[in-house]
Amino acid sequence: MQSKRKIRILIAKPGLDSHDRGAKIVARALRDAGMEVIYTGLRQTPEQIVETALQEDVDVIGLSILSGAHKTLFPRIMELVKQKGLTDVMVFAGGIIPEEDIPEMKKLGIKEIFGPGTPTETIVQFVFEHIPKRT
Amino acid sequence: MFDEEKINEIRKERERLENITLPKWMGQRLERKSEFRNHSDMLIKRIYTPEDIKELDYMRDLGFPGEYPFTRGVHATMYRGRLWTMRQFSGYGTAQQTNQRFKYLLKEGETGLSIAFDYPTIMGYDSDHSMARGEVGICGVAVASLKDMEVLLNGIPLDKVTTSMTINGPAAMLLAMYVAVGDKQGVPREKLGGTTQNDMLKEFFAQKLCIFPPKPSLKLVTDIIEYCTRHLPRWNPISISGYHIREAGANALQELAFTLYDGITYVESAMERGLKVDAFAPRLSFFFASHNNLFEEIAKFRAARRLWAKIMKERFHAKNPRSMWMRMHIQTSGCTLTAHQPLNNIIRVTIQALAAVLGGTQSLHTNSFDEALCLPTEEAVRVALRTQQIIAHESGAADTIDPLAGSYYIEHLTNEMEEQAMNYIQKIDNMGGAIAAIEKGFFQKEIADSAYKYQRETDEKKRIIVGVNEYATEETHPIPMLRVDPKVEKEQVAKLQKLKRERDNRKVNEVLEKLHYATEKDENLMPIIIEAVKSYATLGEICGVLRKVYGEYKELIVI
Repeated sequence: MQSKRKIRILIAKPGLDSHDRGAKIVARALRDAGMEVIYTGLRQTPEQIVETALQEDVDVIGLSILSGAHKTLFPRIMELVKQKGLTDVMVFAGGIIPEEDIPEMKKLGIKEIFGPGTPTETIVQFVFEHIPKRT
Repeated sequence: MFDEEKINEIRKERERLENITLPKWMGQRLERKSEFRNHSDMLIKRIYTPEDIKELDYMRDLGFPGEYPFTRGVHATMYRGRLWTMRQFSGYGTAQQTNQRFKYLLKEGETGLSIAFDYPTIMGYDSDHSMARGEVGICGVAVASLKDMEVLLNGIPLDKVTTSMTINGPAAMLLAMYVAVGDKQGVPREKLGGTTQNDMLKEFFAQKLCIFPPKPSLKLVTDIIEYCTRHLPRWNPISISGYHIREAGANALQELAFTLYDGITYVESAMERGLKVDAFAPRLSFFFASHNNLFEEIAKFRAARRLWAKIMKERFHAKNPRSMWMRMHIQTSGCTLTAHQPLNNIIRVTIQALAAVLGGTQSLHTNSFDEALCLPTEEAVRVALRTQQIIAHESGAADTIDPLAGSYYIEHLTNEMEEQAMNYIQKIDNMGGAIAAIEKGFFQKEIADSAYKYQRETDEKKRIIVGVNEYATEETHPIPMLRVDPKVEKEQVAKLQKLKRERDNRKVNEVLEKLHYATEKDENLMPIIIEAVKSYATLGEICGVLRKVYGEYKELIVI
């Protein structure tokens, strides 16, 4: 019998900021929960992130940003996600994203946004519950 | 400090207490935890007594403030003579906006400036570079050329105010701009006072804002040390920083050990350049974080001073006592701020600032309570500054020097910090030094493991964060937030493009070519960079030349 495919997830850092403490902790927590985690490293352009997602055939993309540039970068990333036909990939985000920006970000198709103080367990649980069905 | 007989008496009494009295108490009520540990994973005992510091030799280990080994402070009168410098890190939007914030802070009683640059500036990109999109003026002020620096420092007398610049990769360029503004104001260079962070080593494993690979980066750091030693005697060419190491997830002990090791590496590099240790070491400065555990932090600061003094004396054979003193700036810890119940952060900052003062800092930044959410508003910054002023003028903490010296707990913890930091230093020595340790991912792994451990403990409620994993409330009290107007980017880009059209571009090209040549020849680049910024060559253009010669750093990812 073919073994069940592990959930593949890309943790990506768009923007110029270098606050990777949260992204790495989340990456490690997801890995400890049995997922296959690919971490991009810092300062990835929207193009690089979506290209990596495509190449790595991921189910989920987690974006982490603390620079305040989300209003410029998230729309571009989501536009590319659609352009490249990654419509079945679930995207969530975390970092410092002001409350008032969240509705706008969700409208772009970002499923959830986790702020500071979120337990890693909440994120792991969320991914398990919202993992897209692969056809 | 205690005679044998007294220690024996205390030991006997302690054993009696532990064998007879305590079991009765513990029978009725167990302690809150089976063991107590601090952030550095040191076991904390129930009580400390002279037994724990029986080896302490007052003159050898503590001495007097202003004297070797500087455990009690670097100045003879400390805060009785002059309070620490209250220096609030600030910068956002355009140079003009930040200039106004500086003037506001000076009016409110701040005593030194500290510039926060935006990410494009920090990464050596001009505001109109494609990587800068959405980032201009957001997390700091945009400075793409001398033009911006002139506006930023407009009306600020550089012979009277000292300025700290948090800049690393392009430290030489921003220092050059500062020098150029000083020249314009007619301030003699020997009167320019301030600090460039200029600590690239920690960038590779902690703050991670790197442009060039480690070796050329260390070369540029050393250029600045050499240039300042010869031409800017009141400038601190480097601020050897533990702050970012801590914020990236290290514990207090790792912060202490790795920072001191970086310091060792810079001293070695400057000596290899041919500088005499006593010529430059007095101007080395340090930068630490102050976290929530009051006693652990105080012990860390005291141990840092003593250990650095010993290193300078014993390892580098410094003769001038000022080469052995560790002057430090401290910032309260950003990563301890919570987005939940943000007003609680005022209390955290107070405890951390008190630790900095009891630890004998020379300069202090207190974080604002809203900084887990946004850049601070004017009101939040004022509360942060007032926190320092209340400690200074109302708490009595500044009235006597090193008031916690002699505490069994503090002295024991100070010893333990020093001893364990020394173990790390030996370990890194054995690895072949800081650059080898970076290339092996040693620091990165140590920090990532500590960060993960801290998070697990928080998730499992072994560590209580008030308002987050305990005492959480549903209701939110929205606080006013500072947002940078997106128009800032457009304005800044337009200004920059106008500059590029209107300056003498022939002169710019000439000086950039000279820079290219000097870079390839491995000369000290400070003089030519000063010439370049004065021709209004932009930060991105100057860094671009260096990028071509040195290449760019590729991140070593360690999870």
